[in-house]
Amino acid sequence: MGTDNRPMNVVTETLSLTVNGEARKFAGPLTVAGLAQALGLDTRKVAVELNREIVPRSTYAQVPLRGGDILEIVHFIGGG
Amino acid sequence: MDGLSVLDDAWRVAGRSFASRLVVGTGKYKDLPTTAAAIEASGAEMVTVAVRRVNLSDPKAPMLQDYVSPNRYTYLPNTAGCFTADEAVRTLRLAREAGGWNLVKLEVLGPAPTLYPDMAGTFEAAAALIKDGFEVMVYCSDDPIAAKRLEEMGCVAIMPLGAPIGSGLGVQNPLMIRMIIENAKVPVLVDAGVGTATDAAFAMELGCDAVLVNSAIAHADDPVLMARAMKAGVEAGRLAFRAGRMKRTEQANPSSPTNGLIR
Repeated sequence: MGTDNRPMNVVTETLSLTVNGEARKFAGPLTVAGLAQALGLDTRKVAVELNREIVPRSTYAQVPLRGGDILEIVHFIGGG
Repeated sequence: MDGLSVLDDAWRVAGRSFASRLVVGTGKYKDLPTTAAAIEASGAEMVTVAVRRVNLSDPKAPMLQDYVSPNRYTYLPNTAGCFTADEAVRTLRLAREAGGWNLVKLEVLGPAPTLYPDMAGTFEAAAALIKDGFEVMVYCSDDPIAAKRLEEMGCVAIMPLGAPIGSGLGVQNPLMIRMIIENAKVPVLVDAGVGTATDAAFAMELGCDAVLVNSAIAHADDPVLMARAMKAGVEAGRLAFRAGRMKRTEQANPSSPTNGLIR
């Protein structure tokens, strides 16, 4: 992890993320919790992987997203 | 209930106790209400579930949890659709985060048309998962040596296939299933291949601890009725196993006394 050099006073930026295989753009800055909210997801029922690392649910509000991040957001479905 | 209640005959895995010896899958149903009704009718207490990407275009779509409550049923996340150890481990780490459960069902499959368990991948994934603190119930080939090795690695239950996944052909290799059961110190579940209630009863009569059924219920014309039939089949097979069957003889033996006949 490099040092985050973004100035504190930047209000918006455009974040290009890959979410579940789709290229998507979001207004930043954004945390995992903010992304879930933007996507309309109930975080109690999903799990999030950021660049192949699990993001613990308790940390969603503290984990910032950066351009180019790759996320997988999964849930339980019927299966045998 | 009568004196032969199955309620006094629980089986245990990973420190949990289950009265029902039928484990059911939640896949392949036409809709979630049917899934819920069939699982209710089956009497199962443990259900397998899959882990998949959330549909971002419809995030408010009904979810399995809304119909099959994880508070009521023990969710057993599986790795269906995983063809490598890496995919299986990654999937179950996500499942653990989504649900908070360490108890999982590992399956690493070989390619179609057999979808037979890939045992090299299964061993690799089982080792990684056990090291990472998972309690692993493992789908495997009907191979007593492989089954024993999985047990010795620390898997909490062994789940040999009865027949290829989704085939409904019943237990094809009862001799090997029986050898696995007789050698095992952890629960053995017949997984995959059950087609109808007699197959489930037959698996239980071999002495396995439980049976896992999905397609046979979900693809029946009436899934709820078949779920009830599977419950009865598993209970009948278990009771018959406990009762101990009569010896087979290759000659007739009259059922009524032969003396006192009128002449």
